[in-house]
Amino acid sequence: MVDRGSDDQMQLPPREVADVMPPHAHSWIGKYVFSQDAKYIAIQYSGTAVAIGLVALVMSWLMRLQLGFPGTFDFITAEAYYQFVTMHGMIMVIYLLTAIFLGGFGNYLIPLMVGARDMVFPFVNMLSYWVYLLAVLVLVASFFVPGGPTGAGWTLYPPQAVLSGTPGGAQSGIILMLVSLILFIIGFTMGGLNYAVTVLQARTRGMTMMRLPLTVWGIFTATVMALLAFPALFVACVMMLFDRLLGTSFFMPTLVELGEKLSYGGGSPIAFQHLFWFFGHPEVYIVALPAFGIVSDLIAVHARKNIFGYRMMVWAIVIIGALSFIVWAHHMYVSGMHPWFGFFFATTTLIIAIPTAIKVYNWVLTLWKGDIHLTIPMLFALGFIVTFVNGGLTGLFLGNVVVDVPLSDTMFVVAHFHMVMGVAPIMVIFGAIYHWYPKITGRMLNEAMGQIHFWVTFIGAYAVFFPMHYVGLVGVPRRYFEIGEPEFLTAPVDGLNAFISSAALIVGAVQVLFLFNIFWSLRRGREAGGNPWRAASLEWQTPETPPRHGNWDELPDVYRWAYDYSVPGAPEDYLAQNDPWFSDGEDRRL
Amino acid sequence: MESKYQGQDQTLLQQGHSGFAADWGSDQRVFKKVSWGKAMMWILLLSDTFVFACFLAAYMTARSSTTVDWPNASEVFALHIGGHNFPLLLIAIMTFVLISSSGTMAMAVNNAYRKARVPTALLMLATAALGAAFVGMQAFEWTKLISEGVRPWENPWGAEQFGASFFIITGFHGTHVTIGVIFLVIIARKVWRGDFDRDERSWMSRGNGDYEGVEIMGLYWHFVDLVWVFIFAFFYLW
Repeated sequence: MVDRGSDDQMQLPPREVADVMPPHAHSWIGKYVFSQDAKYIAIQYSGTAVAIGLVALVMSWLMRLQLGFPGTFDFITAEAYYQFVTMHGMIMVIYLLTAIFLGGFGNYLIPLMVGARDMVFPFVNMLSYWVYLLAVLVLVASFFVPGGPTGAGWTLYPPQAVLSGTPGGAQSGIILMLVSLILFIIGFTMGGLNYAVTVLQARTRGMTMMRLPLTVWGIFTATVMALLAFPALFVACVMMLFDRLLGTSFFMPTLVELGEKLSYGGGSPIAFQHLFWFFGHPEVYIVALPAFGIVSDLIAVHARKNIFGYRMMVWAIVIIGALSFIVWAHHMYVSGMHPWFGFFFATTTLIIAIPTAIKVYNWVLTLWKGDIHLTIPMLFALGFIVTFVNGGLTGLFLGNVVVDVPLSDTMFVVAHFHMVMGVAPIMVIFGAIYHWYPKITGRMLNEAMGQIHFWVTFIGAYAVFFPMHYVGLVGVPRRYFEIGEPEFLTAPVDGLNAFISSAALIVGAVQVLFLFNIFWSLRRGREAGGNPWRAASLEWQTPETPPRHGNWDELPDVYRWAYDYSVPGAPEDYLAQNDPWFSDGEDRRL
Repeated sequence: MESKYQGQDQTLLQQGHSGFAADWGSDQRVFKKVSWGKAMMWILLLSDTFVFACFLAAYMTARSSTTVDWPNASEVFALHIGGHNFPLLLIAIMTFVLISSSGTMAMAVNNAYRKARVPTALLMLATAALGAAFVGMQAFEWTKLISEGVRPWENPWGAEQFGASFFIITGFHGTHVTIGVIFLVIIARKVWRGDFDRDERSWMSRGNGDYEGVEIMGLYWHFVDLVWVFIFAFFYLW
């Protein structure tokens, strides 16, 4: 028995949990459709998320066509425009970003990175995907019901969300939206329990929490946050469903609609806002923390340097996760609140800048004097740092009550959150796909197409969102179908709007090249081998590429953290986590 | 070291703060003697706590912000027996029944530790019977209130959020109890038949006398019971 209290890391303790190979499926359906292998579930999750994300991308095109060239496209009505706004936001935040980071990367990377054979409950994990797919199908169904999908805005604020003036409010649109969200939360909970328990209880020998790659830390913390934040959305959805279907008045005050007094009365719309944002603000970090983690690993691998300040990076992730639960009302400054509450929420909001800044400094310091390889994943990682700093700085403006009130509900806010939780995490997703595609398929993505994809996306995203800050400062409100030339605008914005729309169309179009690259490289990509980036973390050390069901022949023993790059005297410029080499030459294997 | 569950308990644990740090700093598992299933149940219950907390917070917001009087709970939930009104009588009985069921559940878990097959199954069935009685009394209470004109959108006595909150909160809790009763019966049947004693792995047990499913069921049941205490305090007694 090893004394775990001492500093002696030389020997590994005995296995605490019996190593059991998960039962293999024998039928084709069991292997590829109702698969219980986390790696297949990950691909199913990602594929579904990207497919529905493309729908949201097309809707952003339609919105930009209307804003850039108002009156040109007759088929974009005001109602349709609001539906595009709503569904674009909801799909991108929940059904694409949350699903692909946790269901996609979480499923693929957690078992491989912690040295497990699979998630701890493969059957529940499989159910998670199918319930998610059902949620997506219900969402898609809302496009085909009378009245179309809801146009309430992605925040679904009552009372307007369930009234006849809002598209889908008096018809089925809002009902299907709420049902879909409830299903999504149930599906996510099944997966989330898996991710959390696998990280906590199913690591391999030698894999301590403080040796986990930051990717796992980011996904793990985001999962725990999601398990605690989604309940608020769940409750809000159930209650609003009651308001819409049964005529209860949880969120509905006394109202007059079209000269007629409705039967609602006495409810509090603000209560919904509190529930929604108690979910909604952690949701920002549910998307951001996995991105933080993944980008840390991309930078370390492609700069051939250990991540700077690993412990600080871990604690920053945890502290951001905790703080994000006490800042939600900064989304509600214009809803009105006691000045002391505004003071409290502004303060906590600005405090989050500290751990976030620690992370940014550490990424930059990791790059400092590193052996930077400008591979596609590295380019996207650098793009992430730039766009994230950009979006984070405008967040400091919006976190202050007095600055937020005039800027709230302008295009400035749209530019801010697209920069910080749209472009920045998407950059990481792209970088991560270029990085792990060789492990998933055994082939490299095409480099030339990748270069075009990166530069057009990066420069294009700036062309779209940088001028949008200015458009907002000039006074253009958000969510307006058409504003004409009102007197309160301090400068004309027609030309800029047309420019932004053109850039948005180009950025969207280049994503088709990316999709083509993914399918083209499946057969024609360069053979990658097991570890093309010479990376140290465990997922690159599998005996086969792509890893088979069960991942390992024998579970790996871990001797070090995931960031031993350019170690002096080492036989190679990286030491894999399961490499028993030590500088004193002693063999420390069991 | 005597092993409670087969295949576990290979680790010596340190006590106190240093033990806490050692566990989190160790490899393989953070919670050293906790199986995957039990860890999952704890995390699920933590998440579920937030669901009920949000329901109760939303109800309290509605109650404190409504401009119409809130119905008097001790009158609404009174039973009229023999010419006397007994305030909260039915609720008191329901609470007593549910808390008693936690007692029988705890005894079932205790017997499961000792792998006592028959007493474990019988005590779980007793727990299920008490849980079913609770749901039955809740159904009676719903019927009574509905017959008196309480609806989710209105009631004869005051703020309409009363009925909405009542049905949504007790309904959600009652659903939890019902799910619990169903699983109690399923697990009791497996224990009774000796499924957990055979050398068979299933999703509830590793077999060979692994009775941990009973304990995990117990965690859920005590949680549902605890939630009821809060509903009782915040909805009926307030």
